[in-house]
Amino acid sequence: MRRIVFGAALAVGCTAACAAQAQDSAKEIQRYRQMIAEGSPAELFELEGEALWKKTQGPKNVSLEKCDLGRGPGVLKGAYARLPRYFKDADRVMDLETRLLYCMTTLQGRSREEATKRVFGTADRPSEMESLSAYIAAQSRGMKLDPGMSQPKEKESYALGRALYFHRAGSWDFSCASCHGEEGKRIRMQDLPVLYKPQAARPVVATWPAYRVSNSQFKTMQWRLNDCYRQMRTPEPNFGSETTVALIHFMTVTARGETYRGPGNKR
Amino acid sequence: MNTLRRALVAALVIGIVKPLAALAAWNKEAFGAKTAGDALESLGVGNAAPSKDLTIDAPQIAENGAVVPIEISSAIAGTTALIVVIDKNPFPLIARFDFKEGALPFVKVNVKMGETSDVRVLAEAGGKHYVATKEVKVTIGGCGG
Amino acid sequence: MAAGPMKMRATLGQGFTDVRVLMTHPMETGQRKDSDGKLVPLHFIQNLTVKVNGKPVVEAQISQAVSRNPVFSFRLKGGAKGDKIEVSWLDNHGDTNSTEAAVA
Repeated sequence: MRRIVFGAALAVGCTAACAAQAQDSAKEIQRYRQMIAEGSPAELFELEGEALWKKTQGPKNVSLEKCDLGRGPGVLKGAYARLPRYFKDADRVMDLETRLLYCMTTLQGRSREEATKRVFGTADRPSEMESLSAYIAAQSRGMKLDPGMSQPKEKESYALGRALYFHRAGSWDFSCASCHGEEGKRIRMQDLPVLYKPQAARPVVATWPAYRVSNSQFKTMQWRLNDCYRQMRTPEPNFGSETTVALIHFMTVTARGETYRGPGNKR
Repeated sequence: MNTLRRALVAALVIGIVKPLAALAAWNKEAFGAKTAGDALESLGVGNAAPSKDLTIDAPQIAENGAVVPIEISSAIAGTTALIVVIDKNPFPLIARFDFKEGALPFVKVNVKMGETSDVRVLAEAGGKHYVATKEVKVTIGGCGG
Repeated sequence: MAAGPMKMRATLGQGFTDVRVLMTHPMETGQRKDSDGKLVPLHFIQNLTVKVNGKPVVEAQISQAVSRNPVFSFRLKGGAKGDKIEVSWLDNHGDTNSTEAAVA
């Protein structure tokens, strides 16, 4: 028997007044989100990211400045908006973080173990991936999301992502769709966007990665998926796994055409 | 580093830090007050008249109390200071901004709120005080993540 | 301990200069517990000064209730391109940091 766990939700058969109040709350929360979006500490992470991009590291003692994120070595403008996409040298579809990891291991000669030792940071010490993501994502501000869709592996990745979105697994038998599958659902005060629908996916994909005021940390898409799986009580996906990239790819394709306006500032 | 050098460095550091600290006054008594009334008394704020020319722009609901954006503007002539108080915070006095010639009585600041509370803003103008209030509801975000 | 990055933008508005400054600071209230269950001590910015061409125009005293990684916006009277704006802070440890920007 399926046990769906949601917080205090509006009961079916709610009176008109109750529904109206919910509407007002939703509007007010939108207002809050708007206000905190102006003037975001994310910019401080962008500065850190820039320094890390230029820092020489690893046995090869080079910086990441020659890393090819899809537009040519070192070209950052618009690169994030065009991810995920297929990379011939790695023969797979990659999102920003998997691509950065690839550059860390190939360009800088670092081991995967060392480079992924601390991918998710803390409020006092952001991780490299977080700062780099902030910096690189910012270079795509104002550009339209345009992930890869034509190459065979890109098509496979999209299909895999879509299948995974609805695939139920883990001790609670949850899929993404368990929470993000129906209009009008929320957990406590957060509305749950139905991410396989473009109008819901667009504002979401356009504002991640983001600074989260609730824990003063800069969070990336790899973190977001990892945390979703944690909340679904399934095992943690590997960093940059095919699963995570496929889901990010699926959501980005669903949101394509939207103007990227991140990095975001969220609750 | 030998003891003499260590002592000299320490003296130098104290010498530099102390004057800085002295220059920058911080009203310990007011900031340590546990009620809004006590804080305002420490600041020498007496009766404050409500004023519509003192505006507070803040969200009605804060999704997370860790960051509540508050924008304050005073159209009261001769405003030289703005004081922010959050009644239900453990230490209600949040900030005091003194504006000198060249600055407008305006500020936007992000504050931490422990629970739903009135945000009270006072303006100091021509030796008198004025006040405006706005309630902000605080809810902690869902998902816990 | 080196202070984290600080960033400021000063832009000309309608008859005023808009100054937005972001600073890195934990702004610890002294009431938060770390992962070991120990209280993290009070550590917060107490004073903030805004200067225009070397002259202080805003002096602020703030408490530990200001959010972590504070973001402030101020407005200065008039202003012209190239005016030098400086924002500096001093915390309860005696640490300081400052940043400068020209009005754009």
